Amino acid sequence: MSEHEHHSLWKPYGQVLVALLVLTVVTVVAANFHFGTPWSDLVALFIALSKAALVVAFFMHVKGSTRLIKFAVWTGVIGIAIFFALTLSDYATRVITYVDAPRM
Amino acid sequence: MADAHAHAPGLAHHFESYEQQKESAFLGMWIFLAQEIMFFSGLFTCYLVYRVLYPHAFLVGSRELDWRIGAANTVVLLLSSFTMVVAVLGAKQGRRKMIVLGLLGTLLFGGIFLGVKVFEYGSKWEHHLVPGPYFEWHGDPSVGREVELFFSLYFGMTGMHALHMVIGMGIMLVMLPLAWRGKWTPQNHNFVEGFGLYWHFVDIVWIFLFPFLYLIGLSGGSSH
Repeated sequence: MSEHEHHSLWKPYGQVLVALLVLTVVTVVAANFHFGTPWSDLVALFIALSKAALVVAFFMHVKGSTRLIKFAVWTGVIGIAIFFALTLSDYATRVITYVDAPRM
Repeated sequence: MADAHAHAPGLAHHFESYEQQKESAFLGMWIFLAQEIMFFSGLFTCYLVYRVLYPHAFLVGSRELDWRIGAANTVVLLLSSFTMVVAVLGAKQGRRKMIVLGLLGTLLFGGIFLGVKVFEYGSKWEHHLVPGPYFEWHGDPSVGREVELFFSLYFGMTGMHALHMVIGMGIMLVMLPLAWRGKWTPQNHNFVEGFGLYWHFVDIVWIFLFPFLYLIGLSGGSSH
């Protein structure tokens, strides 16, 4: 295998690592902005999802894998989304919202 | 069939081809990881519910964590994911030294991460922030014992994450001598690549833990 081929194998992984490190800086910087509730959390969630997508697609080689593997990946992702959505449909929509209890 | 397999080292007799063997291995691994997502989602949903119920206590509790340590550990864990990729790349090319170096790098960064975690846990113990009878709160007086819930979740989630890393590092210690003896070939290195999937998954869990445990106190204003 030639030097060029070795180089081309390494390069995309290095680029993904750099992107992940940059996004780590971005999430820390974004945390210092006061976007308010729930926007700060949604921004942090979006950045974390982007980082996770990069790891899954490139480090875990799901990009370019078979449809069967992608189906198994989405099973987990959709499962947790349903879990969160149904939980929030209760706790985030209660009329009586809890305030922090007084010191006991 | 028997003849074909005699010329195919590393191909189990119940598979037609290397491709089929690989697909089976990775499908099984991804189903295991889907189960792992469900396992961690219980912890994350618990966090979500109590965060919604006690938003202020969570922001106050988060400020007791040092986000700089969390950020440094995030970088360490991302580097360990990269060295894991190196090990898998080495396995694909049948370069056993590259597998060994990749695994050693992953063990090194994993070890640094856990060492930092031990230091962090020790500091929380000294400040009486470990939930239980020893817990004492001397911070913001506007929050009561519900801040203890934040620390229960902090220790539960990071502890379960750290346990996954300890298990992963144990498996890597078993893999090292096997890799050195050349067990894995370009045709069959499914164990290395499957283990890589596990390690990257553990990295992804931390990608979500870092902002939602360490950073929420920075952005949430001091007001209620």
